[in-house]
Amino acid sequence: MADVTQLIHDYLRHNKKFPHVFCAGCGHGIVLGSLIRSVHALGLPKDDVVLVAGIGCSGRMAVYVDFNTVHTTHGRALTFATGIKMANPRLKVICVMGDGDAMSIGGNHLIHAARRNIGVTALILNNQIYGMTGGQCSSATPQGDISMTTPFGSLEKAFDIVDMCKAAGASYVARGTSFHAIQLDRLISSAIMHPGFSVVEVFSPCPTQYGRKNKFRNAVDMYKWLKSNTVKVETLKDPTQKPDDGRIPIGVFRDVEEPGLEERYFELQRKLMGQNR
Amino acid sequence: MAVQRKKRKRRELFALGNEAVAEGALLAGCSFYAGYPITPSTEIMEVMANRLPLIEDGVFIQMEDEIASMGATIGASLAGRKAMTATSGPGFALMQEHIGYACMVEAPLVVVNVMRGGPSTGLPTSPAQADVQMARWGTHGDHPIIVLSASDVQECLEMTVTAFNFAEKYRTPVILLLDEVTAHTREKITVPDPDEVEILSRVTPTVPPEWFKPYADTARGVPAMAPIGSGYRTHVTGLTHDVMGYPTQRPDEVKDAMLRLFRKIDQYYGDIQMSDEYMLDDAEVAVVAYGSVARSAHLAVEQARERGAKAGLLTLKTLFPFPRPAVEKLTHRCHTVVVPEMNMGQMSREVKRVNNGRTKVRTINRVDGQIITPSEILKAIL
Repeated sequence: MADVTQLIHDYLRHNKKFPHVFCAGCGHGIVLGSLIRSVHALGLPKDDVVLVAGIGCSGRMAVYVDFNTVHTTHGRALTFATGIKMANPRLKVICVMGDGDAMSIGGNHLIHAARRNIGVTALILNNQIYGMTGGQCSSATPQGDISMTTPFGSLEKAFDIVDMCKAAGASYVARGTSFHAIQLDRLISSAIMHPGFSVVEVFSPCPTQYGRKNKFRNAVDMYKWLKSNTVKVETLKDPTQKPDDGRIPIGVFRDVEEPGLEERYFELQRKLMGQNR
Repeated sequence: MAVQRKKRKRRELFALGNEAVAEGALLAGCSFYAGYPITPSTEIMEVMANRLPLIEDGVFIQMEDEIASMGATIGASLAGRKAMTATSGPGFALMQEHIGYACMVEAPLVVVNVMRGGPSTGLPTSPAQADVQMARWGTHGDHPIIVLSASDVQECLEMTVTAFNFAEKYRTPVILLLDEVTAHTREKITVPDPDEVEILSRVTPTVPPEWFKPYADTARGVPAMAPIGSGYRTHVTGLTHDVMGYPTQRPDEVKDAMLRLFRKIDQYYGDIQMSDEYMLDDAEVAVVAYGSVARSAHLAVEQARERGAKAGLLTLKTLFPFPRPAVEKLTHRCHTVVVPEMNMGQMSREVKRVNNGRTKVRTINRVDGQIITPSEILKAIL
């Protein structure tokens, strides 16, 4: 067995009934692999890692890995993660959500988690569609694209997750893709180690529900599209502007050191209790 | 030699019902509060905001809405905390999905709902008791739940402690229903010394992590609970799960999981169903009441006795599981049962169900944001 495969196996739950739910060509497994490699490279004990997931294809990720795992309700994963982090700030809390999960139903929680800068890492697996329910348009489906609920093309603009998280005050914001796996390892590692709220948006293809309806002949086409339609943000002349050619910038968009809410809270508590004694 | 007695540290307070709830929570060992302001429950949150930061590891957080408040409360409970939130009607409606989640994953926690007039925004500063059936059936899916109530300020404190104890003992969300009158009445109360109060905490696993089955059936029906980060790496999911906590659709596993959820509450009815009896021994007319209405009923019963009517009062402290034996007894003995409540008859239908046509059930209902007065109840008794 290749070393990498062996490594992944060490982090999977072997008493769980596989197979997993991901379709052939799905990008989510790549993200899970990247997450495992990151946790391993950082040397974090499994006992200290909490994987909190929402509902949807990405939500199912939690059950496969041998961390503390919580599969929550649709859109609300960040609220559980906030409770866990505040209850036990020693834990590394990682939140896995889909685009519908994080941006549509859970958009309010995302902006508030960013605003309060809670020390949680949010991985938003953006497949631009509601995969599990059968391919309905989400708030990240590009304008004009076809889905089961936009059979004549979506009229609404897609959310730019990076822009929104930056605007809401997240202290680490990055974007990667399932195609750029090595870069993704790096992004996820630095996000996990970042104090305060960190967001990594990952473009993760859904050939079954999105690709099929939008002129991608197969999964390989979708990964090729990711390769040719993305650009490293550091190579842009003006990283604050979107490229004119419509390519999607990837990389780190914001990285500022700001103490997380839990750090500020317990510091205040120490101060108050010192005064009381 | 004189016996050295430890001096009890009781405190006397002139407190609101809401403040008494917060005192009770802290007494019970609550160390986590997540909430969102809403009238008429806000004082609970305000007391917690002042007190929790001064307690070692005490956490207070104001969330963006009631959905988030419940989410954070469940998260903290899973991480080993005694956690609570408080709200009122509209917020309680928003919390329903997560109350179901807490039932499913068996997260011990307390939700206080201070009832105000509804539906919708309704009467934010007026009392009602209109969320009784929502507390029982608000979340989707078939589920057992414990719903408690309190009728005076001292009881607000005591029932909050009981709510935490039940939550921890049975690994379930417990809902404490107050009405605006009880929550905003200021009375003298005694906060007992922590040593005189029985405080229960959840059972944690004693087996090594590799042997631990997080949802295993036990004689009590309540599995041990390993806090997140304690070395037991479990999976928690709102999907129907097997004894390992992993999702399952196998009918035999689903059935076992569901039946255990019910059994763990069912087999302790005797412990959970609490009510107070007043002058019921020879009563011919019994009043069944809860919350602030029980206090009006108390006076009405006294006045009826003065006039020679054999009246008595059953105050329900547990609303669900419905205290069937206590009510059933009355329907056999009394010629009339009076059920006054500040709704269109949410509890009287439970009483009628138990009564099964045996005796007369008279209802008094008010939905105008006003309390039910003793004289209204007295009229129904006589």
